[in-house]
Amino acid sequence: MSKLVSAQTGNEAMAYAMKQVNPDVVAAYPITPATEIVQIFAQYVADGDVKTEFVAVESEHSAMSACIGSAAAGARTMTGTSSQGLALMYEMCYIAAGLRLPIVMADVNRALSAPINIHCDHSDTMGMRDAGWIHLFSENAQEAYDNMIQAVRIAEHADVQLPTLVTTDGFIISHGMENVEHLADERVQKFIGEYQPQYSILNVGKPITVGALNLQDYYFEHRRALADAQAAALPVIKQIGEEFGKESGRAYGLVEGYQLDDAEYAVVALGSTCGTAKVVIDSLRAKGEKAGLLKIRSFRPFPKDEVVQALKKVKFAAVLDRSDTLGGYGGPVFTEVRSALYGEASKPPVAGFIYGLGGREIDMEMIEELFRLMKSGEVKPDSVQYLGVRE
Amino acid sequence: MKIHPAYEMLRPDKNFPNVWCPGCGHGIVQGAIIRAVQKLGLDRDEMAMVSGIGCSSRMPVYCDFNSLHTAHGRAIAFATGVKLHNPKLHVIVITGDGDALAIGGNHFIHAARRNVEMTVVLMNNMIYGMTGGQYSPTTPIGKRASTAPYGTAERDFDPCSLAKAAGAVFAARGTVYNAAELEKLITQALAKKGFALVEAVSPCPTLYGRLNREGNAVKMMQWQKENTVNVKAAEKLPPEKVRGKIVTGVFHDAETPGYTEIYDRVIAKARGA
Repeated sequence: MSKLVSAQTGNEAMAYAMKQVNPDVVAAYPITPATEIVQIFAQYVADGDVKTEFVAVESEHSAMSACIGSAAAGARTMTGTSSQGLALMYEMCYIAAGLRLPIVMADVNRALSAPINIHCDHSDTMGMRDAGWIHLFSENAQEAYDNMIQAVRIAEHADVQLPTLVTTDGFIISHGMENVEHLADERVQKFIGEYQPQYSILNVGKPITVGALNLQDYYFEHRRALADAQAAALPVIKQIGEEFGKESGRAYGLVEGYQLDDAEYAVVALGSTCGTAKVVIDSLRAKGEKAGLLKIRSFRPFPKDEVVQALKKVKFAAVLDRSDTLGGYGGPVFTEVRSALYGEASKPPVAGFIYGLGGREIDMEMIEELFRLMKSGEVKPDSVQYLGVRE
Repeated sequence: MKIHPAYEMLRPDKNFPNVWCPGCGHGIVQGAIIRAVQKLGLDRDEMAMVSGIGCSSRMPVYCDFNSLHTAHGRAIAFATGVKLHNPKLHVIVITGDGDALAIGGNHFIHAARRNVEMTVVLMNNMIYGMTGGQYSPTTPIGKRASTAPYGTAERDFDPCSLAKAAGAVFAARGTVYNAAELEKLITQALAKKGFALVEAVSPCPTLYGRLNREGNAVKMMQWQKENTVNVKAAEKLPPEKVRGKIVTGVFHDAETPGYTEIYDRVIAKARGA
C-alpha cells in the first residue's frame, strides 16, 4: 500500500482531516492563528469537495450556538477556533457538553488577553478543563490530523457522547510545515463510519426535548452522568487509538512514554514541547543519561492510572505547564499529576515549571537544564517555578 | 527641520510596528482624526481612544491619547464604561466593519439607542483584513472573500442607516480618497453630544482588492475618486445612477440629549434636586 504524504502545516492538516471526515455542518468565525483551518475548509465547500453546510457566523458565540443546533438535529458537526474565540464560546461549550452533543472542535492554542497576544500557550483550552469536553493535545501536525479523525469516533461513541477538542500549539504547529501522512478518503470514511445519532430533535418518530430546565430535581444526576461519560471515555480513547494504529501504523494511547521504561528523570508535558523534549532526551541518552518523557495526550479525561504507572519508577519528574492557574498551586498539569500521585506508595517527587506563556520560547537548553537540576538535586520536590521569565 | 503637524499626537518614541499594509486607507483615516482633533483644539489628555480587534483597531496604539485596546467587538461597550465614569472625556471609538457590525453588532445598536456620547469612526474596508480576508457584514453581495471564493450570498449592512435607525444623532460617510471631506465629517461628529458615527470607506488592496480583482492601491483610490457621489447630488439622481457608488456626506444630524446628560438628570431627581 503506497503512502499518501504531503507537506502541510498544522492548520492545513486539520482542515484536510475535516475534508476527509466530510461533516454535515461547520460553523465558524475567523481568529488568528486558527483562521486558516476553516478558511481552507470553506474552499473545499465552495469547490464541492465536501457536502458540508458551511455557516459563516458573526461571532464565536454564534459559531458554537450554530454547532449546538446542528448537532442536536443529528448532524455531524465540526468547528475551529483559538484563544479569545474559544473564550467567547465558553458559555456554549458547557451547554454542548451538558447536552451530550458530539461536536468536534479544532483549537489552536493561543494566549488569552490581556495583554493582547497571538502566540502559543495553553491558557485558552485550560479554561475548558471543567467544561465536560474530551481534550486531546497534539505534538505535531501529524498528530493533529490523526487526532481530528479519531475525535469523531470518540465523540460519537455510544458510551461517550461528548464534544471533543483537538488542539495544536499556535504558530509552532499551526504554521509549521512538515510531512503529514494521510489515510485515503474511503479509509477515513470507513474508520469513522456513518453517524447514527442516538437522539435527534428532527426524529419526529421519537420526539425529545433538548436543554430543558433541571433544578434541584435532576440537574445533579445529569452532571453526574457527564462525569461518568468522561470516565467511560478513557478505555474508548485507548481502543480507538489502537484501531487507528492498525489502520495507519500510528497507534495512540492516553499517554505516550518516551524512553521512560528505565528513565531515572522525566519531564511531563503537553503538545509541541514534547517534540523538543524528545530531541533533548536522545542527546542525553547518547551521553548515557537515563532521561525520559511522559507526554499526556488526553488531558480530559485525565488518565490518572496511566500517569501513576508511567512515573512510578522515576526518581524525579518535572511537570511542564504552558499555562498558569493564577492563585492555585502550580499549573494545571502539575496539579493533576501531583494529585494523581498523592497516596501512591511508589511515586517520584515532582516539581512544577510554568513556561512559554504568550509564545515565549522553550529551547533544548532549557529542557536539558531541567534534567541537570533534577539530577543534581537542585529542584525542591513540590516546588513551583517559572521558567524563562524575566524576574 | 520641520516637524509634521500630526507628530504631537503620535507616540514616535515607542517604535510600535505599523501593521497596516502598503496602500491601506487606515493611516489616512488616522490623519483625518488627528487633524479634526487639532482643529477643535481638544486637549489630548481629555481624549480617550478605544478600540477592539482588527486592522483598524491598532490605531489607539499609535495615537498618544488615553488609549484602550480591548477585545474583539467590545470597543463600544468599553467606551460606554469610559464615558459613564468620566463624562468629560471625548471618547472616540476606532472600529472596523467586522468588529463593529458582526461580533460587536449588539453593542453598536444599543449604544446608538442609548445615545451614549461618543464618536465612532468605523473604517469600512468590507472584509476581515487581519485574519485573511473573510467576508464581513459589509461585503457587498456577490463579492469575493476567502470564505466566499465564488462570491457571498449574504446582503450587506449600511452602517449609516443602521446607526440612524438605532437612534444615533449623527451618521455620515466619507472616503479616504477625499481626506478633506472625511476630516470635516469627523470634526462635525466630534462636536456632537450623542452617538455620532462616521463611516470611513477605506480600501484593502491586500485582500479585498486582490480577491475581487480591483487592482492595486492606486486603482482602488482611483475607483473611489470616480465612484463617489455626495448625498445631496445623489438625492437628485435617478436610483440607477447611484447604484454601486459610494454616497458620502451627512445622512443624519439630530439634536437629542445624550445618555450621560439624561443620566445626570435622573441622579439629580433621585437626590431630590
